[in-house]
Amino acid sequence: MDIPSLTINAVREGLQSHRFSAVELAAEALRHAREENSKTNAYLHFSDERALASARRVDEKLARGEDPGLLAGVPVAIKDVIVTKGVRTTCGSRLLADYVPPYDATAVIRLEQAGAVMIGKTNCDEFAMGSSNENSAFGPVRNPHAPDRVPGGSSGGSAAAVAQGTAVVALGSDTGGSVRQPASFCGVVGVTPTYGRVSRYGLTAFASSLDHIGPLARNVRDAAQVLRAIAGRDVLDSTSAEAPVPDYAAQLDGDVKSMKLGLPREYLKDLTSETGDLISKGIETLKKMGCAVREISLPTTDYAIGCYYIIATAEASSNLARYDGVRYTFRSRSSETLSDMYRKTRGEGFGAECKRRIMLGTYVLSAGYYDAYYLKAQKVRTLIARDFSNAFSQVDAIVAPVSPFPAFKIGEKIDDPMAMYLSDIYTITGDLAGIPCMSVPCGKTAEGLPVGMQILAKHFDEARMFRLADAFERSGGASN
Amino acid sequence: MKITEREVRYVADLANLALTDDEVRKFQHDLDEILAHMDRLNEIQTSGVEPMTQVLYEAGETATLRPDRERPGIGSELALANAPLASHGYFKVPEVIKR
Repeated sequence: MDIPSLTINAVREGLQSHRFSAVELAAEALRHAREENSKTNAYLHFSDERALASARRVDEKLARGEDPGLLAGVPVAIKDVIVTKGVRTTCGSRLLADYVPPYDATAVIRLEQAGAVMIGKTNCDEFAMGSSNENSAFGPVRNPHAPDRVPGGSSGGSAAAVAQGTAVVALGSDTGGSVRQPASFCGVVGVTPTYGRVSRYGLTAFASSLDHIGPLARNVRDAAQVLRAIAGRDVLDSTSAEAPVPDYAAQLDGDVKSMKLGLPREYLKDLTSETGDLISKGIETLKKMGCAVREISLPTTDYAIGCYYIIATAEASSNLARYDGVRYTFRSRSSETLSDMYRKTRGEGFGAECKRRIMLGTYVLSAGYYDAYYLKAQKVRTLIARDFSNAFSQVDAIVAPVSPFPAFKIGEKIDDPMAMYLSDIYTITGDLAGIPCMSVPCGKTAEGLPVGMQILAKHFDEARMFRLADAFERSGGASN
Repeated sequence: MKITEREVRYVADLANLALTDDEVRKFQHDLDEILAHMDRLNEIQTSGVEPMTQVLYEAGETATLRPDRERPGIGSELALANAPLASHGYFKVPEVIKR
């Protein structure tokens, strides 16, 4: 059982040929994850009881000759902003350090119904706010490829766990790039599905019109399988879409010849030279695969950061208002009145980044500023969405970088919030438009730092996005 | 200067955040820088453009609705399990007004 090399299919094959049982695999996965955790701090807690119970159910089904599920026995790690009944869920925050949810997120229920085995909850930026996993109240996560560098954020723990090989797949969340960017920094596949493709029920809300749950995996096929298991209408999330869920893995037929791809000229301006080189090599591979690549324009790109950080922080200031010391574990000890309790609990409990965003959001929504900032940003959002629908009338999919640079050093950008925000430039636009987008590994720099290539597609066109990514992966990516 | 210290304290009050003086100064600096970047949005023409409040799809009128079926709640024991302070089925909090 070499956990780091396992895929969903390999687990299934191992179980069916009796090389190992689901319980043996779960126990080994837990042992391995614990042993490796000090290198990255990817996991915040392990869920042994639950993992072994799920594994036992899989073994029992196999013994009875029943179908154990699409993801039978697969060790999965869940980002700690996603609630898990009876298993501590902290959202990376001091405010929820002792919080044990009384319910499961729909995505988690569906994973377990498919036979997956949850081994633990992963570290993340506090309330999913950050691009480096340095904003966690429980210490930063280290990039498995380079321990003095960030894994990316906010799903840094999930990306690190998959890259390290302690889980076969993981769930993360993406609001402005929080699945794709850490996937890119850690050299794994990260998918942000169409908005509404996966239920947000049980995903701790950051920005409700931008939040997504998405899978991370070591290969495209595994990511596609996980998405199939968790996607689909959920009556508990009124923003979840009715659209049917295709069998994504069955459609990975490699037929990408004559796919028309667009490369946005606005996304090529600020790349470091190594990132630019690797993306260029990736484009060459796509051309060799038979795709037609042309330059396109997404003219509103320059305004995307301003637009995103107004909308996201405004929604966040509203969503985070519930952490007031009344219901969710943490309360300041020094409060004498109710109002005191609210202010001090939040003052003591939130980290700097959360406070910064709450204040920005409150400011742009406040009387006198609402029209100039929030309403304006919503109009710019329409223009950004329009840029994409115009582009998709000319091309089948868009290819782009994920980040202007590979993983930076821990501490390098933490004192410059604006610089940190600007690094999200290529990922926020997908979230604003609600289109599916993903990061697929595209080679490494001379120092060994992974660089991801981004693929973006039309709403609900994940099948095409996966087909392209899978063919790219099998062609060797940028090392072709 | 886009935002004064007084405005920072005002916004912190609205958001129910108790800040130290050092925090007020730091956030004033940060917010100033960030708001200056956001002012770029004034360069772009948006008259006649509808605001986009969320991602929307073509769907039937009742697509977002679910059947109006009663189901049990989580019950007060579970609901109070994470309370910092609770008793007799209530969340307990400090007095609203200081007497």
